[in-house]
Amino acid sequence: MKKNQTISELIWQFFCSVKLAVYTLVLLAATSVIGTIILQNGTPEQYSRLYGEAYYNLIKIFNIDDMYHAWWFLSLLVILCINIVVCSIERISGTWKIIFPKKLKFNPDRFRKLKTLEGFIVNKAAISLSGGYERFLSKTIGKVIKQETQTGTIMYAESGRWTRMGVYVVHSSLLLLLLGALIGAVFGFKANLQLNEGATSDTAFMVKTRLPVNLGFSIRCNDFHVKFYDTGAPEEFKSNLTIIENGKESFTKDILVNHPLRYKGINIFQSSYGSGRPDSVVLDIIRQSDKSVTSHTIKIGEEIGLPEDQGLFKLEGFMPHFDFRGNNLGEAFIGRITQKDANSFQIALPTKFPTFDKMRKGSFAFVVKEFEHKYYTGLQITKDPGVWYVYSGFILMIIGCWVTFFMSHQSFFIEIEKISDTISKISISGTSNRNKQGMKLKIKKIVTKLKDI
Amino acid sequence: MNSSLALSSATFIYALSSIFYIGSFSFKKQGLAKIGFIVLIIGFLDNTLGIILRWIESYQMGYGHAPFANMYESLVFFSWTAAILYIFVELKYKENIIGVFATPIVFLAIAYASLSPDINSKITPLIPALKSNWLIAHVIACFLGYAGFAVAFGFSIMYFVKPKNPDARSIFAKLPSLDIIDELTYQMVVFGFLFLTIGIITGAVWANSAWGTYWSWDPKETWSLITWIVYAVFLHLRMMRGWYGENLAWVSILGFMAVMFTYFGVNFLLSGLHSYA
Ligand code: HEM
Repeated sequence: MKKNQTISELIWQFFCSVKLAVYTLVLLAATSVIGTIILQNGTPEQYSRLYGEAYYNLIKIFNIDDMYHAWWFLSLLVILCINIVVCSIERISGTWKIIFPKKLKFNPDRFRKLKTLEGFIVNKAAISLSGGYERFLSKTIGKVIKQETQTGTIMYAESGRWTRMGVYVVHSSLLLLLLGALIGAVFGFKANLQLNEGATSDTAFMVKTRLPVNLGFSIRCNDFHVKFYDTGAPEEFKSNLTIIENGKESFTKDILVNHPLRYKGINIFQSSYGSGRPDSVVLDIIRQSDKSVTSHTIKIGEEIGLPEDQGLFKLEGFMPHFDFRGNNLGEAFIGRITQKDANSFQIALPTKFPTFDKMRKGSFAFVVKEFEHKYYTGLQITKDPGVWYVYSGFILMIIGCWVTFFMSHQSFFIEIEKISDTISKISISGTSNRNKQGMKLKIKKIVTKLKDI
Repeated sequence: MNSSLALSSATFIYALSSIFYIGSFSFKKQGLAKIGFIVLIIGFLDNTLGIILRWIESYQMGYGHAPFANMYESLVFFSWTAAILYIFVELKYKENIIGVFATPIVFLAIAYASLSPDINSKITPLIPALKSNWLIAHVIACFLGYAGFAVAFGFSIMYFVKPKNPDARSIFAKLPSLDIIDELTYQMVVFGFLFLTIGIITGAVWANSAWGTYWSWDPKETWSLITWIVYAVFLHLRMMRGWYGENLAWVSILGFMAVMFTYFGVNFLLSGLHSYA
């Protein structure tokens, strides 16, 4: 370290180094592992149960329950960004001078000593060759600089100076990505909304905080459909939604998984579904003494008289998950029988087991005949004004990597030396700022091409 | 002919090709490697046929999706990409002995797919979230990336078997010089890095169209990011810190461990959105 450097110079140097970049990247990778092993965004009870109180305190201190948003993880990202900016500023003027040189120069002696140098002898006069070679170079590489020497001719051509910008594109794409993520985190939101078929709402609930967000318009779920494969796996879920603005229906659209609705910067995704409460059910009431059957359509909350004045039956409600001696029997209607002697008790009618109530061996058995299945649709509602920055970053990253990896700044050199009037010696070499092995192969290929000229 | 016949025969053909390459390496017979290469190409064609037939069969079963939807299919496709990548390298660089480090990877992946009891080879229907053209782009890109890293891994192993001064009669004398190994490893890493980048990006775009978030730190995503960072470190160490040879080969091996964990470890050990592949 030099003496009498100012603090700001030292800081600049610290952020200039690629060593810092390597350390930061290694730290980012290593710490990212933690979040894939330790539960993220769980409840305090889950942490205490999984890891014990002592570890839970540690987890709390370092925000490991949400580590990808923890101050120390974000600081690593900030360091990475400063590192990239400082390093790019430091290097860009050098690169700029290479890309836009004042005058294109080349040093023949350097090319004569290159490892890629190849040579061959042709039985032709030197003068008769240079025209063809020049045309070949200018066609396959680029503009040719030609000079006469005491013994013959030298030629130089190059291509792809601009490809040295590739790494800058890669690094700025990274900044753009992180900027987009920041914009999304500050100005966007991610929320859920559950809508029963027929229901309307203008308010969703944030995924993390459960706080309500007003969307500025209302969504009505007209209809929900789920289709299954014969294996029982879901094939497709579809919600038919109407957007209502200022009390007026604006438009209606189907949304499916992978086919969201985007409206006024807000995206509405089909994310889940579940069973909602049906309005009514058709029940068969079987009198056990003579097996006579009467059929009734009953609304939830409605009460009917049992045949022959044997009492009352009230349909009290609907449960999505009915628990019977520790087993989940699925959806069930819940009813209450009030007998003539004013004795009253509750019964459950699981829809998957229509004859379940016969087991009770009461004087009447209730059998679920049919009911209209109602669903609710689970919508994920997001707003992310940063997504276009992120997508631009994606595109630049791919282009930048492509240019950096597969294109290069290449220079080629051909020398024609006169040995005698009918014999010439040809030397070819070239350099590239990357892929030296590829350059060797390319020179060999050029040699075979030149031999044919 | 059906797809499972084509794919199981491809497994055996790849095994045969590996045996030829290993034989060529052990007995210093260049000729065996040439046969190995032809056998590899036959295996590759058979593998291609198997993938196409499987695609057609999925339509006949009424599920109609590209064969990139579960662990079995992705492993078969992995072998395919590793094979074509190696074929390309051998044609371009005219080094055939190095096949001994690449063909066993091609064979092992497809053999694991066919023989492991944990992996179901049935054609299954797609759940709604997987019905997206981004899925196809995502899987193809990721597996091209993984194949690049796998071949780079094979080449990195060469550093540890090749003695510094091989005597002319040893079986190692036929291996390419360390410069060439270095260049080949680097080229494979660069190829893998580009395609892993594209794979992560198409995955993010797909997640954004299916779930409304392009990044949710799910374990598979996070591990692919970790892998990506390890190879970014590889590139910087080589370009800017002048690392080469065995040191750099260790980074490539570490990177491939991360690939393996992203691919298998996450599925078997951690839970998340990517329950399929
Ligand atoms: C995740 C983060 C990063 C990624 C993905 C990335 C990507 C790349 C890539 C692909 C290359 C080209 C490597 C090659 O030619 O083989 C490169 C080169 C380079 N990177 Fe990064 N980089 C990252 C972070 C950084 C940081 C933080 C710095 C800060 C010092 C940095 C400095 C450089 C430099 C100086 C070069 C060489 C440029 C040249 O060849 O002229 N990189 N980077």
